[in-house]
Amino acid sequence: MPKSVLVVDDEPNILLSLEYLMKRAGYDVRLARDGEEALAAIAASPPDLVLLDINIPKFNGYEVCQAIRANADLNNVRILMVTAKGREVEIEKGLALGADGYETKPFSTKALAARVQALLDGTGT
Amino acid sequence: MLSTWFVLLTAFGYLLLLFALAYAADRVAKSRRYSGLVSNPIVYALSIAVYCTSWTYYGSVGRAATSGVGFLPIYLGPTIVFTFGYFVLRKILRICKTQRITSIADFIASRFGKSQLIGGLVTVICVVGTIPYIALQLKAVALSFGVVLARDAQTGAITGLPAYDMALIVTIVLAAFAVLFGTRHIEATEHHAGMVLAIAAESLVKLVAFIAVGMFVTYGLFDGFGDIFAKAAEKPELSRLMTMEFAGPNWVTLTLLSMAAALCLPRQFHVTFVENTDEAHLTRALWLFPLYLLLINIFVLPIAFGGLLWFPEGSVNPDTYVLALPLNANQPILTLLVLIGGISAAAAMVIVASIALSTMVCNDLVMPALFRFFESRISGQRDLTSLLLGIRRISIVGVLMLGYLYLAAVADTYHLVTIGLVSFCAAAQLAPVLLFSIYWRGGTGRSAFAGLAAGFSLWSYTLLLPSLAKSGFITESFINDGPFGLAILKPYALFGLEGLDPITHSLFWTMLFNVGGFLVVAFSSRQTRIERNQATLFVEVYAQQASRSAAGASVVRADASAEVLRELAARFVGEDRAREAFDAYARQKGRKPGNAADGGGDLMRLVERLVAGSIGAASARVAVASAVKGERVSLDEIMAILDETSHVLEYSRQLEQKSRELEIASRDLKAANEQLCELDRLKDEFMSTVSHELRTPLTSIRSFSEILQEDPDMPPEQRGEFLGIIVSESERLTRLINQVLDLAKIESGRMHWNISDVVVDDIVADATASLRPIFDRDGVALAIEIADDMPPVRADADRLIQVLINLISNAEKFCPKPGGRVVVRVTRDGAMARIGVVDNGPGIPEAERLAIFDKFYQVRGQNQRGNPLGTAGTGLGLAISERIILQFGGRIWVEEAAGGGSEFAFTVPFAGVDAPPPSRTTAFS
Repeated sequence: MPKSVLVVDDEPNILLSLEYLMKRAGYDVRLARDGEEALAAIAASPPDLVLLDINIPKFNGYEVCQAIRANADLNNVRILMVTAKGREVEIEKGLALGADGYETKPFSTKALAARVQALLDGTGT
Repeated sequence: MLSTWFVLLTAFGYLLLLFALAYAADRVAKSRRYSGLVSNPIVYALSIAVYCTSWTYYGSVGRAATSGVGFLPIYLGPTIVFTFGYFVLRKILRICKTQRITSIADFIASRFGKSQLIGGLVTVICVVGTIPYIALQLKAVALSFGVVLARDAQTGAITGLPAYDMALIVTIVLAAFAVLFGTRHIEATEHHAGMVLAIAAESLVKLVAFIAVGMFVTYGLFDGFGDIFAKAAEKPELSRLMTMEFAGPNWVTLTLLSMAAALCLPRQFHVTFVENTDEAHLTRALWLFPLYLLLINIFVLPIAFGGLLWFPEGSVNPDTYVLALPLNANQPILTLLVLIGGISAAAAMVIVASIALSTMVCNDLVMPALFRFFESRISGQRDLTSLLLGIRRISIVGVLMLGYLYLAAVADTYHLVTIGLVSFCAAAQLAPVLLFSIYWRGGTGRSAFAGLAAGFSLWSYTLLLPSLAKSGFITESFINDGPFGLAILKPYALFGLEGLDPITHSLFWTMLFNVGGFLVVAFSSRQTRIERNQATLFVEVYAQQASRSAAGASVVRADASAEVLRELAARFVGEDRAREAFDAYARQKGRKPGNAADGGGDLMRLVERLVAGSIGAASARVAVASAVKGERVSLDEIMAILDETSHVLEYSRQLEQKSRELEIASRDLKAANEQLCELDRLKDEFMSTVSHELRTPLTSIRSFSEILQEDPDMPPEQRGEFLGIIVSESERLTRLINQVLDLAKIESGRMHWNISDVVVDDIVADATASLRPIFDRDGVALAIEIADDMPPVRADADRLIQVLINLISNAEKFCPKPGGRVVVRVTRDGAMARIGVVDNGPGIPEAERLAIFDKFYQVRGQNQRGNPLGTAGTGLGLAISERIILQFGGRIWVEEAAGGGSEFAFTVPFAGVDAPPPSRTTAFS
């Protein structure tokens, strides 16, 4: 059974490219355009991994991350933050809130795919 | 009629008699047993009566005959000084005694740091001021001889005498006596016991003579006081003399002047303070001298009225009534007595004044000069007394000859009284400094010099020069029109001050500049140590003496051991320097280093100097004194310490002030720094936001480029879609970069504005034309409504189009598709054109209507409303539009449109209307 990935981003073009990449890698892909949609999707069916943008409407990425980590049932959900907020302090904040990894936009598609693969295999952080 | 020779011999004999008396008195004064005969309060009080000169003797009657009681202020002044001013006299006397003062010049010079310059200046003032007074005496004596002695009817020369100038003879004789009285020997204390006794005797003689003639006139020629005053009252020109109204307007001036004169006239200072042998005598003189003044004035008015009644009007000079009345009544003995009394009055003044002046000239002018120029020759001499005596004798003769010359030149044109007042006014110049010097610790040599020099110069200008002018030495126009015709400098109406008599006028200006000059300089100059010490010695003379007598009782200044002193010095200047200094001292004394031996005075002074370098002179003195048991610290030293302490306090006050100022400055700096930090933070945020906004399109471009690169077998439709995204995101990136640069340019003020008159129709046409394809593509309707006859506006056409395109494309973006409708409406709004862009989109919540003009606001707001995402905006369009419109002097805002959509509207001023300056130009706001 293929692993499932939830892609959360408010930029339609970025959402489109991530969807294409994840599908090409063989994952089951769902999309969310803001924090609310993301949490609803997770509640409906927890994905194996969330590609999470921080700067999204309704609940931002940090809040979504926090909500996931606050729920013990979602312990197995990997969270990879993908955001244009590239400053050190923002990366640390994301990791402190329970994210498993961090990719800065613009990302390398190969690196991102490898990172997602590693997290899902349980070999990456 | 008295024979000429009899009169002259009697007068001469009288002077010889006085000299014999003085000679004897000098002997007596030296013997312990009989010195009381010479030195007693009555003699002292009578000697002070040298105040009453021939001016009193003859002049009072003359003045009373013209101005009634107007003669009185001259005696009122000294009476006030001796009664109410007792404490002043006592203090000056005490200072003179403790400081061994020899003259008023010495007094003032000593007070202000023992300055030779000031001594010299006071001497010059005294000499120049006294000369008219001496001239006055010479004139009076010569005049009295002229009245008494028979004259040849034709020549006017005195019968039996060669036609010599009587005044010259009087001058020579008086000079000889003054030399004899005052300069037989040099006294360290300047006490001339013999002279004082002679002066006292003369005072007695003139009093007796004056009362005698007064009695004679009152009871001999008339029937007592009642009779004279009754008769005078009958004559209107006499009765008016009895009112104050005619007493002259300058009563106050004259009283003040004579108060100053009683203190400052060189001869008064000399007899009152220098010649005083016992302070207790002053207490008696306080009532004896005023009593004398009262007695000698009782008969002034009776004699004056008697003369006016007795002689036909204008036939006899009122200044000579005292002599003329007994002479006319054929009373030869009385006449002779009166003449002797007059000579007494004049001789006493001339002798005392010339001796006092000669002391000053010698001590304060000639000797300092000699020491300066012939120091080596003088210091080689062991006995200087003959030199001093010679100088004084020459001074006496010189002063008297100057008096004579002044008389020959000037005095004939003046009344006795006027000449006397000129002198009084000169002496009065010393009064302010004298009073300051004993009651105020402030004041410096410079301030004393400034005050005295200013007062003296003005006195010379307002009184001395005019007196010379009146006698023809200078043209009369000097008085009437001022020098060189400058009316403002008229000596009797200086700086336009008119309506005062010359004496009051002069007193006003001289005192103003004298006191003013003194105070101004006193407050702007700093006392030297010696000035400070002398000030203390003078002002604190009583306390000073108390401590001195205490010190005298306990002269136990033990010499400190060298070791104690060395330790003390080491404490303040360090071990090494102290040892160095002590070794140097030992070498200098011819001893081995390390052996400074006893701590004598020299060693103590050395330590004091060493220590003073670190803690100040006064404190050093105390430190050494306290280290050396038994060494007393005198009051003035304590005062000096207090002074130093107050300077330290002042310094620390200034430090506090400085630190307060620093605190304020640092608070300001902190505030400025916070503001800078805030600006920095805003800038960081802006940069962070910009970088975020740049990364977003870049992410799409990179992702799709990599996807296309990795999947060469992608279906062509998908490839086309992805390439389209890459292109539009690239455009977005370009737009974003351009707008960021635009914004930066506008905010930094480097934007170039091409302002001209712009036709609104053209702008709207241009803007809509470029957007038409988008409207057509999305099926959105675009309507344009422009009011008729719109005048042109003042704006940059390109920037205005930029704003319009931004607003119209935004409106298009948010319209429902299909069914969208955008209206561009141009109307008048007062002096502005109002351009509104109306859409039928979802509208903007009221809370966000201001915020949407903020930079990058768009991103969140747009998505929050869940708009369908087409071509992404940059979030800078409205921010830039707002800045452009503000620059044109208009404003931009958003409101709810009639149909529920939004209306973005802005105004631009019409051409020909002054645009208000842009109100919002702050960077990063």
